Amino acid sequence: MVDHAQQLADRIWQRYDRKTRLIRYGILLATLMVVVWAVRDIDIFWPWVWDAPNQISSLGARMWPPSPAGLNNIFNALLETVHIATLATFLTIFLALPVAYIAAQNTTPNRACLWLGRFILVSSRSVNTIIWALLFVAIFGPGVLAGILAIVFRSIGFIGKLMGEAIEEIDRKPVEAMEASGASKAKVIVYAIVPQVMPAFFAIVILRWDINIRESTVLGLVGAGGIGVILQGAIDTFAWPTVATILIAIIALVLVGEAITSLLRSKVL
Amino acid sequence: MTPPDPQPSVPRTWKKPPFIANPLVRYGIIIVAVVYLVWAFGSLPFNWARISEGIPRAARIFSGGFPPSFERFGLLLTGFKESFQIAILATLLGVLLSIPFAVMAARNIAPMPIYLIGRSVIIISRSFHPVIVAILFVAAVGFGPLAGILTLTLYSIGFVGKLLAEEIEEIDWGQVEAMRATGAGYLATLFYAVFPQILPRQVGLSMYQLDSNLRASAVVGIVGAGGIGGTLMNAFGRYDYDFAFAILLIIIAVILLSEGISGWVRKKIW
Amino acid sequence: MLEINNLVKRYGQSEAVLKGLDLKVEGNSVVSIVGASGAGKSTMLRCINRLVEPTSGSIKLNGTELVNLKGAELRRARRKIGMVFQGFNLLDRLTVMENVLAGRLGYVNLYQAITRRYPQTDIERAFSLMERVGIAHYANKRADELSGGERQRVGVVRALMQEPEVLLADEPTASLDPRTSEQIMMLLQSLASELSLPVLINIHNVAQAKTYTERIVGLRHGKMIFDGLPADFNKEALDAIYGGIEAPDETVSEQPYSSAEVARHDSA
Repeated sequence: MVDHAQQLADRIWQRYDRKTRLIRYGILLATLMVVVWAVRDIDIFWPWVWDAPNQISSLGARMWPPSPAGLNNIFNALLETVHIATLATFLTIFLALPVAYIAAQNTTPNRACLWLGRFILVSSRSVNTIIWALLFVAIFGPGVLAGILAIVFRSIGFIGKLMGEAIEEIDRKPVEAMEASGASKAKVIVYAIVPQVMPAFFAIVILRWDINIRESTVLGLVGAGGIGVILQGAIDTFAWPTVATILIAIIALVLVGEAITSLLRSKVL
Repeated sequence: MTPPDPQPSVPRTWKKPPFIANPLVRYGIIIVAVVYLVWAFGSLPFNWARISEGIPRAARIFSGGFPPSFERFGLLLTGFKESFQIAILATLLGVLLSIPFAVMAARNIAPMPIYLIGRSVIIISRSFHPVIVAILFVAAVGFGPLAGILTLTLYSIGFVGKLLAEEIEEIDWGQVEAMRATGAGYLATLFYAVFPQILPRQVGLSMYQLDSNLRASAVVGIVGAGGIGGTLMNAFGRYDYDFAFAILLIIIAVILLSEGISGWVRKKIW
Repeated sequence: MLEINNLVKRYGQSEAVLKGLDLKVEGNSVVSIVGASGAGKSTMLRCINRLVEPTSGSIKLNGTELVNLKGAELRRARRKIGMVFQGFNLLDRLTVMENVLAGRLGYVNLYQAITRRYPQTDIERAFSLMERVGIAHYANKRADELSGGERQRVGVVRALMQEPEVLLADEPTASLDPRTSEQIMMLLQSLASELSLPVLINIHNVAQAKTYTERIVGLRHGKMIFDGLPADFNKEALDAIYGGIEAPDETVSEQPYSSAEVARHDSA
């Protein structure tokens, strides 16, 4: 009976064992140190920080009410934005599929092609759309072509990577069956691979179109066409009520884009 | 087992059934697509004269860009340091702030008016590309990393908040009922029945968000919100293509590294 | 005539899976190959149409050596070897007719393959074979809408569309329920005699092997240890093949409908 009481007294409840706790404290401490370093070292003039809420609300006040002037212009710019996103997505399909094909382990012709494909995908994905736009504006001058190319070059990596993964995840069995029937490589692709990746293909392209709509709203900030051009113009001339209208237009565009994609998804998939 | 043959006379020809059964819809879609492509392409203002100069310009840019120059390494390092700091602080703020917004935007635990507020904050912060938000913050609080931090904080709230809200909507409701049955208040219920269910996900999301904030911090600088993007923009503006390509290479390397680390950590946690 | 001589298959440096097999199949005989999981049945079948690359040995089909064929020659040889798979290996998202016509892929050109414009004779052949096995009314149904037995019929018809000179069946009934697997075995047996086609069937189910085939070949650890008539396949042969340790899938007593559950045939 005494033993039992002793046992009860020893039963101290702890949430984690010793090792887990040490690791947890270690991670917490490291994170804290990094944060403290970042706060102390960063090049910020702190009085501005405390003033920021005032500044932001004053900017908000200057924007209100949104100006309805130039709605026609804004609508045309929105249309241009949609065109850039759509044409770019359409063009990307033709460029991304061959890359996906050589970058998928089970379809690539040889190792050199595999690495070439992976290199294209990685470089496309690691460079942000707006940086691609910067480059193409420098080459082709300001305008929609730079915007379209920027979106295309960024989307190749996205669509190519996801399609490559879809190809790698196919069921091998139909491929085996087609090979056993004496079909050539091209016929195996058409019959055993293409039908299997079709649903993924539609889903990925629709998803990327949605993303591209958002991305093409900023292209204009570096001169690559779309609604961003007039946004930049309005900001530069301190036409804040117009800026507000443009922002509302962008929200509307993005929401419409989302509605269309979810409609397409439910229809096609 | 074998059902009786429904077709008494045997069909001897076969055509692949079309993807879309209704011919009107089928050809309609094709026509609409073609007309759209022609219209869109025709209506866009291409400056062909300027575009035709593109090839020699590209040659000049790339020949100017190679080999990339790492001479001004100090400048590069300062830029990246600032990008890291922006990303870290914005992730911390964003992840912390996303929790209350996620609670507000979860249909099952937030009352209707609060839910609408939470949802609209998340929808609005997700609709705007971070670069647009950055340009507005730059206009409001001036050039520098502060604008970058504010931008990416909002960006993180939108992304993490949305996923977290969905997670909250899918929690095991039994635990909440159990807590309520013990007489726990709203906050106690949140902390004991809701947060433990979503926290593991939140840690993974933070790692993911740190990675994407690092990516985004490289671009918000282009409009003046601090970090390596500003350095890159300047290099481009001054036709320092060799330095610009050096920055680009490092950006790619850092992004790959951060993607790798973030993926590894998330795999460890989940 | 299919003639296998001293066939060896070794994966990497590990122990050989097939250790010098000899087998001769003539005329329209139906041969079943029995053996425990891992005995090398599936590897042997796949060596014949070179889905698996044999390490050494010779495989001759009607006088043509198959082992060192490459590229277009290999594909031409494969046209003459039909194969039926355990998992059916159908093109799930395509129609039954497309699946069946896919058996002609070795014959038609790429344009015909992509546009599905197959020669009239192929379509006639497809319809008559589908009628023969009772799936003609499914021609425009998607393959994944069919039941297991129907799917395997599609698989059989597809293999026959190749106008094969030999038919290989790798555990054709292992994914089917006992009744359906009986039907498929019966179908293979009668098609073999109708088309005077030699058929090699890998099978776990010893009772079915004895009922529906004319010759049983027993493999153990990559060697042939039994080759004879079903009537001669007795308890000793069974113990030798399954080692007496591993429980065989079926007792020798003639009970076609007994315990051939799908679950126990999971691995090939």
